[in-house]
Amino acid sequence: MMTDLYQSQRAMRQMRQQAMQRGVVAILDVGSSKIACLVLRFDGSGKLSEDNSIGSMAGQTGFRVVGAATTRSRGITFGEVTAMQETERALRTALQAAQKMADIRVDHVIACFSGANPRSYGLDAQVELEGQVVTESEIARVLAACDVPEYGAGREVLHAQPVNFSLDNRSGLNDPRGQLGQSLSTDMHMMTVDAAAIQNLVHCVKRCDLELAGIASSAYVSGISALVEDEQELGAACIDMGGGTTSISIFMKKHMIYADCVRMGGDHITSDISMGLGVPMANAERIKTFCGGVHATGVDDRDMIDIGGETGDWEHDRRTVSRAELIGIMRPRVEEILEEVRVRLDAAGFDHLPSQQIVLTGGSSQIMGLDGLASRILGHQVRLGRPLRVHGLPQSATGPGFAGAVGLSLFAAHPQDEWWDFEIPVDRYPARSLKRAVKWFRDNW
Amino acid sequence: MQSVTPPPLTPQLPRDPAPSRWKYRTQRWLLTPGFRLALRIGIPFVVVTMATSAFLASEQRRDALRMFVTETRSSIQERPEFMVNIMAIDGAGSNLAEDIREVIEVDFPISSFDLDLERLRDVIVGLDPVKSANVRIRPGGILQVDVTERMPVVVWRTWDGVEILDETGAHVDSLPSRAARADLPLIAGEGANLHVDEALALLAAARPLGERLRGLVRIGDRRWDVVLDRDQRILLPTDDPVRALERVLVLNEVQDLLERDVAVIDLRIEARPTIRMTENAVEDWWKIRKINGSGQ
Repeated sequence: MMTDLYQSQRAMRQMRQQAMQRGVVAILDVGSSKIACLVLRFDGSGKLSEDNSIGSMAGQTGFRVVGAATTRSRGITFGEVTAMQETERALRTALQAAQKMADIRVDHVIACFSGANPRSYGLDAQVELEGQVVTESEIARVLAACDVPEYGAGREVLHAQPVNFSLDNRSGLNDPRGQLGQSLSTDMHMMTVDAAAIQNLVHCVKRCDLELAGIASSAYVSGISALVEDEQELGAACIDMGGGTTSISIFMKKHMIYADCVRMGGDHITSDISMGLGVPMANAERIKTFCGGVHATGVDDRDMIDIGGETGDWEHDRRTVSRAELIGIMRPRVEEILEEVRVRLDAAGFDHLPSQQIVLTGGSSQIMGLDGLASRILGHQVRLGRPLRVHGLPQSATGPGFAGAVGLSLFAAHPQDEWWDFEIPVDRYPARSLKRAVKWFRDNW
Repeated sequence: MQSVTPPPLTPQLPRDPAPSRWKYRTQRWLLTPGFRLALRIGIPFVVVTMATSAFLASEQRRDALRMFVTETRSSIQERPEFMVNIMAIDGAGSNLAEDIREVIEVDFPISSFDLDLERLRDVIVGLDPVKSANVRIRPGGILQVDVTERMPVVVWRTWDGVEILDETGAHVDSLPSRAARADLPLIAGEGANLHVDEALALLAAARPLGERLRGLVRIGDRRWDVVLDRDQRILLPTDDPVRALERVLVLNEVQDLLERDVAVIDLRIEARPTIRMTENAVEDWWKIRKINGSGQ
């Protein structure tokens, strides 16, 4: 099972390598409320800007967004594909528009999604070094020595990142290669998701004539883009409040150490409004976006909102509600979401981290007054996060709703080392591997 | 009240901007550089090729096309601007000019496109009396031929006849007899025409001999004899004959050698010049020796 994981993830890494050589890759953020597609062009290693000044990314990105498109997503609920045909059509729409804007044909795509019940595991292992020096094969050995928990059938490992190495009694090493010591131990964060969700997404991407060059959890990638560097270093949680799900990721020492997902999001707020006021979903969405909030003040009682309707009944279609009523509908749901997030963070032991910064991002984080409510429920250090600025990103795609897409771009440009980036130790190969290689050759040529 | 307009047959679905699978694929093809290149170059190329081959498939149309091309071509070539009407020959005597007209075989008027000036020049230069020639078409439709004739410098007598040669030994003309060009010096012997420059140097050196000089004879294609009147001969060596001849002339100046009854002055061996006297002289000398010998 472990080798299968190795094979598929390594195949995707190779695909990413090919995409880098082609210089063009598409980013697909498959969300429950919208599907965002960015087309990235890699133009060599990071260059400084024309006037030789150091830009916001200090010349570290090396890519440029040449196409961007967003479309309303169909067939996706809770961040998982529920209707394949609809999802495929939505992906095609976004991809076509982005390719048209970029005027480039894209063959490789890196996708992220939020649902599929992510579950985090902390793994560790310790090995005695064969020699004195820590080499790459020693690291592979210690990674392979990790005790993989029984994460259940029908689950798939999405991320497996070594977050910490310690050599003898020195801990907190990022890169122990070349150092001297006796015993090497590692801590690894492994994240599993439902295999069916991945397979559905892979199938949809295949149906669009594209090759999948990587797949990531949107909790992870929105953390990459919404957390600033010192937050990632000192420890922070990123809450990506999307349409169907709210993803939680905790970062420490620039590594994700925990990820989880609350299966509630902006769509639930909308459906609450729709049910409570008896209006169509589209109207409810519009009312939420323009007038929504979570703190009622005195003036809100007098602020009347046309809620509209298309029943044909004049009286019914001309109803109004006060903003206070609207807030009264929205607030319990937002509180529920945040309470649930609180529970997940507590379960992860977030309050033991040295720094307890919480960053809210995602489309639903734009609800007015959310930061006040969140700091009351989650803790005092709450801020609203927007994604990092990247080259060529259109103004329309700089909002917090694009944290996942931008983070995925950064992930595509500079992926962190994962388990499968290291060679599998020889003694872990199954005995039939040669036979299997021959079979693979015969199948492919 | 019933609605005036009929209700739509299908319920109004929310607008879906998704492209169909084929539309999506077409767009991706059109974004492929190779495919676009094929569209931009390949299709026009194929269309033009097919149209051309369809047109040329019929024998009749091919002939018509060929005829059209030929007619257009000749109508342009035969415009009066391109016609050449007469030929002017400069630098050639009347005989040579007639020869030139004979050999180039051009029927005027002729289009300048049909004149091969290079060939004409080669033909004219191929004539013996012509040293070099320059052929061009002058404005006004005149074929201008500038000829430099070879200047004969010696007469060469062979068993086959008498020829005149220029300074390089090239044949200029044949003569009916030596007397036709009495003004030119005479050379004879096999291979003499290949060493006309040596002969000219010798003739220049022999100028003090004046009228006495009859000519030069090439002996064995190796060395020269100077032939004087009264059957006198000066046999010159192979190497440096001019110096040997000058020695003889100096001797002649000092001792009137050539005025005496000498048949041959032999300078073939430089260290041992030899004189052969005539038969009478030898007999006279014997007589005198007899007289003197008895007296001695």
